[in-house]
Amino acid sequence: MEVNVVCTFCGSVCDDGIFDTEKFKTKRLCKLGSSKFSKKERIKSPMIDGKEVSYEEAIAKAAEILVNAKRPLLYGWASTVNEAIRLGIILTEKVRGVYDQCASVCHAPSILAVIEEGLPAGTLGSIKNRADVVVFWGCNPMEAHPRHGMRYSISAKGLLVKDRKERKVIVVDVRETRTARQADLFVQVKPGYDYLVFSALRAIISGNADVVPDEVGGVSKDKLIELADIMKNAKYGAILYGLGLTQSRGRDRNVENAIKLIQLLNRYTRWVILPMRGHYNVTGAGEVPAWECGYQYAIDFSRGYPRFYPNEFSAVEVLKRGDCDAALIIASDPVAHFPKEAVKKLKEIPVIQIDPFPNMTTLVANVVIPSAIYGLEAEGTAYRMDVIPIRVKKIIDTEYWSDEKILEELLKKVEELMG
Amino acid sequence: MLITGRTLDQGATVEEKLTEEYFKAVSYVELSEEDFNALNLQEGDRVKVKTDFGEVVVFAKKSNLPKGLAFIPMGPYANQVIDPATDGTGMPQYKGVKAVIEKTDENVKSVKELLEAI
Amino acid sequence: MMLHIKNGIVIDPKNKVIKEKMDIFVKDGKIVEESEIKKDECKVIDATNKLVVAGGVDMHAHIAGSKINTGRSMRPEEMRPVRSKANKFRATVGRTLLTAPAIGYEYAKMGYTTAFEAAQPPIGALHTHEELDSIPMVDKAALPVFGNWHFVLKYVAEKDLEKLKTFIAWALERTKGYGVKVVNPGGVEAWMYGKNCRNLDDEVPGFNITPREIITSLIKAVEELRLTHCTHIHCNNLGNPGNYQTTIETIKLASGFKNDKRPVLHVTHVQFNAYAGTTWRDAKSGAEEIAKVVNKMDNVTIDMGQPIFGTATAMTGDAPFQFTLHRLLGAKWSNKDSEVEGGAGIVPLVYLPKNPVHALQWAIGLELGLLIDSDKVVITTDYPNGGPFTEYPYIMAMLMSKKMREKELERVSPYVQKATSLPAIDTEKTLEEVIHMTRDLPAKILGLENKGHLGVGADADIAIYDINPLEIDPSNDYELINKAFRRAMYTIKGGEIIVKDGELVKEVWGKTYWVDVRSKVELEAIKADLEDYFKYYSVELQNYGVEERWIRMPERIVL
Repeated sequence: MEVNVVCTFCGSVCDDGIFDTEKFKTKRLCKLGSSKFSKKERIKSPMIDGKEVSYEEAIAKAAEILVNAKRPLLYGWASTVNEAIRLGIILTEKVRGVYDQCASVCHAPSILAVIEEGLPAGTLGSIKNRADVVVFWGCNPMEAHPRHGMRYSISAKGLLVKDRKERKVIVVDVRETRTARQADLFVQVKPGYDYLVFSALRAIISGNADVVPDEVGGVSKDKLIELADIMKNAKYGAILYGLGLTQSRGRDRNVENAIKLIQLLNRYTRWVILPMRGHYNVTGAGEVPAWECGYQYAIDFSRGYPRFYPNEFSAVEVLKRGDCDAALIIASDPVAHFPKEAVKKLKEIPVIQIDPFPNMTTLVANVVIPSAIYGLEAEGTAYRMDVIPIRVKKIIDTEYWSDEKILEELLKKVEELMG
Repeated sequence: MLITGRTLDQGATVEEKLTEEYFKAVSYVELSEEDFNALNLQEGDRVKVKTDFGEVVVFAKKSNLPKGLAFIPMGPYANQVIDPATDGTGMPQYKGVKAVIEKTDENVKSVKELLEAI
Repeated sequence: MMLHIKNGIVIDPKNKVIKEKMDIFVKDGKIVEESEIKKDECKVIDATNKLVVAGGVDMHAHIAGSKINTGRSMRPEEMRPVRSKANKFRATVGRTLLTAPAIGYEYAKMGYTTAFEAAQPPIGALHTHEELDSIPMVDKAALPVFGNWHFVLKYVAEKDLEKLKTFIAWALERTKGYGVKVVNPGGVEAWMYGKNCRNLDDEVPGFNITPREIITSLIKAVEELRLTHCTHIHCNNLGNPGNYQTTIETIKLASGFKNDKRPVLHVTHVQFNAYAGTTWRDAKSGAEEIAKVVNKMDNVTIDMGQPIFGTATAMTGDAPFQFTLHRLLGAKWSNKDSEVEGGAGIVPLVYLPKNPVHALQWAIGLELGLLIDSDKVVITTDYPNGGPFTEYPYIMAMLMSKKMREKELERVSPYVQKATSLPAIDTEKTLEEVIHMTRDLPAKILGLENKGHLGVGADADIAIYDINPLEIDPSNDYELINKAFRRAMYTIKGGEIIVKDGELVKEVWGKTYWVDVRSKVELEAIKADLEDYFKYYSVELQNYGVEERWIRMPERIVL
């Protein structure tokens, strides 16, 4: 039987997938999506210190760890659904811990830039329908968001932009990526110099090209003027940016400067800017805490109310400084993706892991709780990279508990223990 | 200059981190043709990547990078050598770290061995 | 659970009860006759000499959805003040922007029991419902926005009223929405081209129609469908000096329509659309002219959109206006062009009493509240655009006391003396009038028969305040009024006591109302159009919309 499936891998959240329940494979999804829905090794059973136990026992032990900890870190959240994330916030508040999510090591600088400047954005549908100029800046969708181009931004056919030929695609990056090879124009920038390039473009577009030197960040002035012209003459343009801006020198300042460029362009024509979010619900991992407790990441509840301060409360900082004495890791793998200084701490403290698949964090976890795969075995709400809500589906039955159910029971147990 | 980032292969195996496929997808560094040849490397050789923050042995691959730029896919190998400082943002500097790369005979550790050594 | 509220002094304008000593009986969440309860099994609330009214109904606030959340995300400086620490209830934070739990708790403490999200982006409907379902205490609903939705623009251009009606029915079901909201009709589509539609006869790019045609067609469609709530409009030309004329023209579009149960057009946050003059240098109030027109018409209502001095956040679906505001103030700015449906924008604001423009806006809001018949004006701040809804007591006190207004006028910019008529207005509304403006009038406009009053059969949403309406003199005792309405002595929601002496005692969850009018149309008629035009969306038609089971406590109102 073939059913519609909503992909739960990257931030594109393609909802036109087809899943063959007999063959157990997907059609139409990209390499990343089809790997998500393929049969893989699962964590077979809940475990405490390597010994197989029941869900109830594992949850009881997890509750004990959280309640006894002075300041537990609850981290991950980007690959689970809003219903679970909401329970996670309530749980973190209950145990007076720290909530942090994957954006911390991904688009956190975007969040910081939005705080400084706001976000002049549009949904992916607006880009598909109207954008006659699309700039991929510091991102490589052909490898990280493979179907993005065909669905929304490169070859997607829209209301006003009916054809790939009617759209100009520009890539700005430090190396010629696979996406750069699809572009009409590739601009190579020196690593760490994007901020200066944005400043130069702003100067040119506002009529002050005379202050721009002959070369900025490895880009010639002529090339900058060419780029500025294309941007100013667009009917509706979009900058789609990624970790090239957020993870390089300057981080949030790079994004701020990009946003200021967009603000300027909107005086002459229409432009939007959108971060290319990595996980299918990393957006939710930030939106849900924003409405529940006011902030998107690095939130501490140790005083009984939410405090936001990335320097102190983001997961990498909390681990590096030893400011936490237990961790709950859900829908994420910090042992693989954090700097080793932070990983060191995870080896020392009690760790609870909730995940469908064994990963590097499983190797250090004391309590392991296997969960159902959202989009395949459990349903819930996720937010695409442009903050559009999409419901991910349950297609097959499973014995595994969903994250939502696990967290519900965990919260109950914690409330019992705390009296 | 070392940068780290996503690749299709890394993404396709990101939920199977304890497999051989994942190991292959993240345990290498891409060098420009010039740098690759300057180090007298052949496909399958290993190199040691050293930064102010650590060192790691990985396989070397030739690619179309500009001279002086090196790329390691995101993952535990990259995280041995990138800058953990977050400059108040919570975000370590995963892209843009000065590195010294030299040929080596040392073996590439498995994902588990890497973790044990931390 | 049965309640007996004893000896309260009741004001229930819908049922013509004005300051009468009366007992109220509650059973199974409803107000019932005395004969239906067993007195000895009741919990008794002694309301002797205290004011007893229905729970407040906030018919227009921005409390849930994408732009509200972006507002929070971009303004951690507003989220910092801590209102309460976590204990039996959730921790709450926020100055004028509040978290979802804070919104529910603050409404409850103030004695409000129903709140409507004023503008729901259709493709983001599920997000709005998720946030609504994170707001405890109140019953709620959302109004999806239609005025720039391509299907609406198409059917208006094709002059196809039947298809327009069908589309509205389809859309209300898919968004689980309550009524038809219109925001800067045509103008937001024009913004996609960097333009706007300030006047009713400006052309909407790409569709060859005008705002006038959009508004008239939607009013016609809503009236033929006999929706419970009338067309609810945020006018074109918002925020610009001289715009009061656009507002009057818009109001007059309601002429010729008739509805016995409710108005035919509700014009929202009129303060932002009541400016006379030509620029901000010579701007003055257009409130008097608007009031004259509204008072003459018998089928139009408005709400104030009152500014409150302090911080605020401008967030509306009026994307071009928000960009203008960003340019004017040099403030940070968020924008969201939304598929083929509309848009939104967010800009932080502050209202300062000594600033002539802010003082003018503040005075205009009050003029509207005072000059317009109490039967036609609802108290709102267009939260958070004008200010926090927690300041409704301030507005109530101001409308009832000339003395309080005089005192306030002393601390604001003298610009209002010549630019508005506020200093000369002697009107002091009565307690029953302000109760009417916050309870049964909004309930009537929304078509909520069981809200806003205390008659038998009404939902048991009740507020008791620590003032004696028979003794208090609102004209002089404005400080008592302002204080008393901030913290209810009791708030009862669906028969449960949730607030006592201004403090939370129980957390409950409210219903989400939505209107199902599909039986009046043939959905097949637009099926082909939907399937064809959905190629311009970025999601599949099969995945568009919200299913009832995803909502905590949906309440389907079938028409």
